[in-house]
Amino acid sequence: MHDMKPNPAGRLSLHVPEPEVRPGGKPDFSNVTIPKAGSVRRPEVDVDPEEIRDLAFSIIRVLNREGEAVGPWAGTLTNEELMEGLRHMMLLRIFDQRMLMAQRQGKTSFYMQHLGEEAVSCAFRKALLPGDMNFPTYRQAGLLIAGGYPMVDMMNEIYSNDADPLKGRQLPVLYSSKEYGFFTISGNLATQYIQAVGWAMASAIRQDTKIAAGWIGDGATAESDFHAALVFASTYRAPVILNVVNNQWAISTFQGIARGGSGTFAARGLGFGLPSLRVDGNDYLAVHAVARWAAERARRNIGPTLIEYVTYRVGAHSTSDDPSAYRPKEESEAWPLGDPVIRLKNHLIRVGAWSEERHTQMEAEIRDTVVAAQKEAERHGTLHSGGRPSMRDMFEGVYAEMPPHLKRQRQQAGV
Amino acid sequence: MARMTMIEAIRSAMDVSMERDGDVVVFGEDVGYFGGVFRCTQGLQQKYGKTRCFDVPINESGIVGAAIGMAAYGLKPCVEIQFADYMYPAYDQLTQEAARLRYRSNGDFTCPVTIRMPTGGGIFGGQTHSQSPEALFTHVCGLQVVVPSNPYDAKGLLISSIENPDPVIFLEPKRLYNGPFDGHHDRPVTSWAAHPLGEVPAEHYTVPLGKAVVRRPGSAVTVLAYGTMVHVAEATAEETGIDAEVIDLRTLLPLDLETIVASVRKTGRCMVVHEATLTSGFGAELAALVQEHCFYHLEAPIVRVAGWDTPYPHAQEWDYFPGPVRVGRALREMMEA
Ligand SMILES: Cc1ncc(C[n+]2csc(CCOP(=O)(O)OP(=O)(O)O)c2C)c(N)n1
Ligand SMILES: [Mg+2]
Repeated sequence: MHDMKPNPAGRLSLHVPEPEVRPGGKPDFSNVTIPKAGSVRRPEVDVDPEEIRDLAFSIIRVLNREGEAVGPWAGTLTNEELMEGLRHMMLLRIFDQRMLMAQRQGKTSFYMQHLGEEAVSCAFRKALLPGDMNFPTYRQAGLLIAGGYPMVDMMNEIYSNDADPLKGRQLPVLYSSKEYGFFTISGNLATQYIQAVGWAMASAIRQDTKIAAGWIGDGATAESDFHAALVFASTYRAPVILNVVNNQWAISTFQGIARGGSGTFAARGLGFGLPSLRVDGNDYLAVHAVARWAAERARRNIGPTLIEYVTYRVGAHSTSDDPSAYRPKEESEAWPLGDPVIRLKNHLIRVGAWSEERHTQMEAEIRDTVVAAQKEAERHGTLHSGGRPSMRDMFEGVYAEMPPHLKRQRQQAGV
Repeated sequence: MARMTMIEAIRSAMDVSMERDGDVVVFGEDVGYFGGVFRCTQGLQQKYGKTRCFDVPINESGIVGAAIGMAAYGLKPCVEIQFADYMYPAYDQLTQEAARLRYRSNGDFTCPVTIRMPTGGGIFGGQTHSQSPEALFTHVCGLQVVVPSNPYDAKGLLISSIENPDPVIFLEPKRLYNGPFDGHHDRPVTSWAAHPLGEVPAEHYTVPLGKAVVRRPGSAVTVLAYGTMVHVAEATAEETGIDAEVIDLRTLLPLDLETIVASVRKTGRCMVVHEATLTSGFGAELAALVQEHCFYHLEAPIVRVAGWDTPYPHAQEWDYFPGPVRVGRALREMMEA
């Protein structure tokens, strides 16, 4: 792994990691070792973390190439639940497509999609209970979709219209809903990770039963707040699940820059004594099984778990980004863990619970549902037309009670 | 001479500096292979190699801390914070370390570091892509703060900053990257191609730190501005027909008090405009200085027009931004006073 060349001249040189390929090159994931589905053991949740250090370097997988669910992590969901999961992922995907289009049409300023990563947030959500709290990034809208949050409210937020629950104050996709266990998203990376630990510590202080989940991308694990979260979680054995979504890219920066010399992101947990698992993030069943394992650990007061989801960001970072400038176009096709929607669909077909026809039918139904929600949202307005949040809304909510200086400014503004 | 956008001018400043001085290194999030999310460092890695221009892990404290270490060794880092809104994790390194290395080691260690960051609003960036935190830097002894308003100044000031022996915070108004912007958001965007200050020498030159410039001579009122607000102030003067003298401060610290005082003594009126929130903003410092130095020449109270004291909103961007309507109204009221 480390190419340590002898250094006879005694001269130093700076090591700057580079991805395997750049645009024009042939995508190459031969360095990504993919264990066979079902091959990684499932320890008891109260296992001594020292005994499972190897799991930070493997990949827990349930669905094999044939679409079968195999091994010790299989069997956490019924076929009905899996069909619902498939529906959530497709909903998220179609929602993304419609909102990307809306952004291109100038109906909002900005959008961020989940393409290829739908399983992570959709399956994880199903391992939580009401009252649990997520501290998400901008790429976990599946937590809302799978949690039953009204799609039209997400759109209202994206459009910053007069029905936007956040009054037009926040950038599109930076949702917030305490009721649905979704902490207000910050534009500043990583801040939420340690906050998740704090929330979990509070639950423990109050002798409550609720647990928290922190979310972060591969790139943002480099932030100091990530490390703060790990040490607090470790010291207080907080009832928190610390999720790292490794989608291989942080805007134009490949994951090797944030990972450095450590073999995996999961391995970051080892120095803190955290049980650290790596899971196939494009495998709905595996994501759910691992999330449930970690949730049980947290809920039984055994302590925190770090989970790395190995996935791939198929789309652009955001609508402001064009990945063809820094990675080969064909790279997502070459990604060895496949597409989460197709994999779950194939599994359900394989077990006789699903068919191509039903799939096509459901896709059409979902599209209709999303389009209907979009029409409803657009009846309120979009960023530049129709009903918009008032200027008054801008002055409110800075403090519980508006201080005199702000009242004066509001008056000056004439609202 | 060449035609440059502000992005190209900033890139050219780093290019010229790296070419002349092997100690200049450039790094930040996405600045290496890709050339930065605003493309300010595009091509630099190709030209100077990946040990002089490179990507870093996403850790702003790390960026500034590493730059300080390199400066202590003898390099001259010019680093990028992707948005000024993301400098807060680096605030400790900036304010207690970079700013004080020279003082606390009695010159044994110094910190010739330039920290570039896009600042300001006008792009529907919401509260974490629109902030103007200049006052959080001017309040720190040991830092210098620069805010260019056009390509010519951007290049000359950035070269001066890189060559300066002490740390410089270089705030780049992102709404000006591709063209001047006078606050009329509903009009077609303009480019630097037609603007005289889009004419930029390809070679090395400097614009000195600490020197303001009169952008529009006038006799009725002095308007102190920097960054995007320079263009707003100029346009407002034309539109209202009020003969305002618009001063582009260019450097907030060190401040060109002489130019300010000479102008206010001449006009007898002073208005400060900035995008940043009002309370404890840099305008407060300017107002205090003007009243100290020009009190007996003032014919009206000093007026500040600034961002409201709220986080920068998304949908209400143009209600928030102190554009020509607000500046114009304030100017008229001031002339009646
Ligand atoms: C403190 C801070 N620094 C920089 C940024 C700019 N930024 C936004 S997203 C991003 C990349 C994050 O990548 P990763 O953590 O891998 O998440 P992904 O986008 O891949 O889901 C960067 C650098 C930011 N939002 N906040
Ligand atoms: Mg990523």
